Amino acid sequence: MKNTKPYAITLDVGGSLLNKTGSWRTERPVYLDRLPPCNETCPAGENIQQWLYHAENGEYKEAWLEIMKNNPFPAVMGRVCYHTCETACNRVQLDEPVGINSVERFLGDQAIINVWKDEPGKPTGKKIMIVGAGMAGLACAYHLRLFGHEVTVFESSSKPGGMVRYGIPKYRMPNEKLNAEIHRIQDMGVNIELNTKVDDIVATKEKYGCEAVFLSTGAQSAKLIDIKSDQSVPSLSAVEILRGIEDDVDTGLRGHVVVYGGGNTSIDVARSAKRMGAQSVKVVVRGSQENMPAHYEEINEALEEGVEIVPLRSITEIKKGHLVLEKMIPSDGDRPSPSGEFETMEASVIVQALGQNVDESLFENLSELSLEDGVLDVDINMMSAMEGVFAGGDMTPSERNVTVAIGHGKKAARKIDQWLQGEFQKDSKKNEIVDYSMMNTWYYSDAPRTIRPTLDVVRRQTGFAEVVGDLDETNAAFEARRCMSCGNCFECDNCYGVCPDNAVIKLGSGKRFEFKYDYCKGCALCATECPCGAIKMEPELI
Amino acid sequence: MAHQQVKFYQTGTLTVGNRLLDAENRTVQGTMDRSNSLDSGHRACQGCGEALGARYAIDTAMRATDNKLIACNATGCLEVFTTPYPETSWTIPWIHSLFGNAAAIGTGVAAAMKVKGREDVRVIAQGGDGGTTDIGFGCLSGMFERNDDVLYICYDNQGYMNTGVQRSSATPGGARTATTMPVGPEPGADFDKGKNVPLIAMAHEIPYVATASIDRLHDLEAKVKKAMSIRGARYIQIFVPCPLGWGSAPAQTVNLARLAVESGIYPLFEGENGEITSTTKIRRKVPVEDYLKPQRRFAHVLKNPAQLSAVQEIADRNIRKFGLLEE
Repeated sequence: MKNTKPYAITLDVGGSLLNKTGSWRTERPVYLDRLPPCNETCPAGENIQQWLYHAENGEYKEAWLEIMKNNPFPAVMGRVCYHTCETACNRVQLDEPVGINSVERFLGDQAIINVWKDEPGKPTGKKIMIVGAGMAGLACAYHLRLFGHEVTVFESSSKPGGMVRYGIPKYRMPNEKLNAEIHRIQDMGVNIELNTKVDDIVATKEKYGCEAVFLSTGAQSAKLIDIKSDQSVPSLSAVEILRGIEDDVDTGLRGHVVVYGGGNTSIDVARSAKRMGAQSVKVVVRGSQENMPAHYEEINEALEEGVEIVPLRSITEIKKGHLVLEKMIPSDGDRPSPSGEFETMEASVIVQALGQNVDESLFENLSELSLEDGVLDVDINMMSAMEGVFAGGDMTPSERNVTVAIGHGKKAARKIDQWLQGEFQKDSKKNEIVDYSMMNTWYYSDAPRTIRPTLDVVRRQTGFAEVVGDLDETNAAFEARRCMSCGNCFECDNCYGVCPDNAVIKLGSGKRFEFKYDYCKGCALCATECPCGAIKMEPELI
Repeated sequence: MAHQQVKFYQTGTLTVGNRLLDAENRTVQGTMDRSNSLDSGHRACQGCGEALGARYAIDTAMRATDNKLIACNATGCLEVFTTPYPETSWTIPWIHSLFGNAAAIGTGVAAAMKVKGREDVRVIAQGGDGGTTDIGFGCLSGMFERNDDVLYICYDNQGYMNTGVQRSSATPGGARTATTMPVGPEPGADFDKGKNVPLIAMAHEIPYVATASIDRLHDLEAKVKKAMSIRGARYIQIFVPCPLGWGSAPAQTVNLARLAVESGIYPLFEGENGEITSTTKIRRKVPVEDYLKPQRRFAHVLKNPAQLSAVQEIADRNIRKFGLLEE
């Protein structure tokens, strides 16, 4: 009898799908968003990784809008922020950090050039008053407008901007950029009352029918020390000098200028003096040069411009057109000790830049509020001891810089909004910070950092032109592309590609991926080959 | 270079996909509609390099031929883990041959297609290094000599893994296998033995020969695509690490392929009509120790300075011979 069995066996396509190889697994991969170190360290809470992601593709407006969620001043921050994000950047361990600050500045300038705008939220009918139109106050006003509240800002000076206008020289912060960003906030319906000093918070609040108050008057009065003097050398304060430069009045900075103090304000005054034609500019500091609180980039630029730093000296007396300096001995602690040895230094003018205090007059009529250690204490919700009165910026206990102030403004706005709705919300838990070791950096292309073209030293010394140059359209995207997107999927398709079991589903552009756990054998190739550390292996529970 | 290098695009062409690349520079593997020729549910070990390499290659060939493709598969791991009766993980026309005659079956299928006037249907024959360099070598050489219109793909995992990790003529010197145990004065597989089949294929002066590695996807896809654009006998050998046979962690499969390329141990090149026409350059050169360390099959080599320098010498010779470093 003839054998009717077929010679070859045919197998049905898809037959192996019955075999659920996921049962082999002892560990499962999971997608997660880890917190990149730049975002973690940003005092304004910017989602840097996310806006760089947009900028990489030339989507500058989307990138700008992403910054604006947290910070309404990209053009200002792109100039004056001390960019702790770049110090924290994981790319440092590969080559050099991403030039986050310069990309932010580029985006901020693009927004001004193209007149990009933000819309206020749906009106809530609630009114809030803000005292002080510095960065904290204006940031708070902006975010409150996004929530739809009505905002009035009271400012004692003739122009808004606070210390960014009056404390940072034009070579670092050109006025037209600052004005443009403030105008954009005003265009959203924020009302700024200039030349209006608030003496009585409670009365003003009632007069304007406000439900909450945000105080951000800053720390604008100079901290001055008494130096024994025969009045042969005029003694000025850094705050008045910088204010005078802004208002174009004669500051008297000429001849041999000596600036006392080692902070950023001191360096600002010294560099301004150099630009205004001083014969010599010396910065006298009590401690060592390495321990100066000023930002190293600014110290370096000042040195390049011919500013001389005289460390470990204390000014003890002003006599016959000279300063008497006592040499200081460095010590392990932060305070150097006097040596008993003296020397003299010629001086035409001395400028004290030894710090600034919060103006206490605002609290004279309020029993609930008072300064402690020179600052106004607030709770974790940014609220002071007085219900409904919030505060932030330089007047509250924290590091005093522009970025912190903007962060305070944002946080206060959110907390005020929550308070108006009757209950403070807890801040959401932060994701795990992504460490360099969690990444597979083999995949990142090598590229040198785009160095910002700096104007040559000579040009810098003769005017208030901006010192740091701009990125242009081509190199801004290039710089953004150096971002490694630490801890956040940028859809490189590696997991989708390297899975030997075809157990990763690609969901399409912008939608990321999903695991087919029915078939994933848990080999961890996806997690190992993920460049940015956005996949974690977790033990299977048996 | 077999593919375009795009500089400064965050990850360039190093990752599987990159939204910043132009459409023509993207990989088949990064697309949502890749054919998944080798689908889920197969029984390969965790982190199998061969399963990965086979999907990479066949998906690319499917795209290049507009899905008109037949694959003939020699006996071996790839056949065993994909088609345990009555299952199959292949989603393409696929036929199982004997261990040693995949090339001959490929020749026959190509001839049948020609007779039927269906020369638009292209043929691939594939197998592991055992079925290619040892058992199927006569059929393979014949296919080359006759210049039959078949692309032969060898998935090189350097031994007979399916049958219990025995030495093949592709097993490297020093490696431990079940038949080359690390005992005696010269432990592991002999040095100065074995065959370099890509160079032997080139000696047949066939139209196209290439070596590829699963860590260089853009390079691999470009080579398969190019092979499918040519008629006649073609040969591609793909380096596919084997966690089981090599004693390496499943998660290290792609990394080991990378280290083999970066150390110079596995030179990637293309040859046309007997001449070498391109080499893939080393990106960041590493010593061979980096490649050997994650593999238990070389544990004794790392403790044996003579053997270690012999392995380094092989890598150095490859670098010189193929010009693997950028000028």
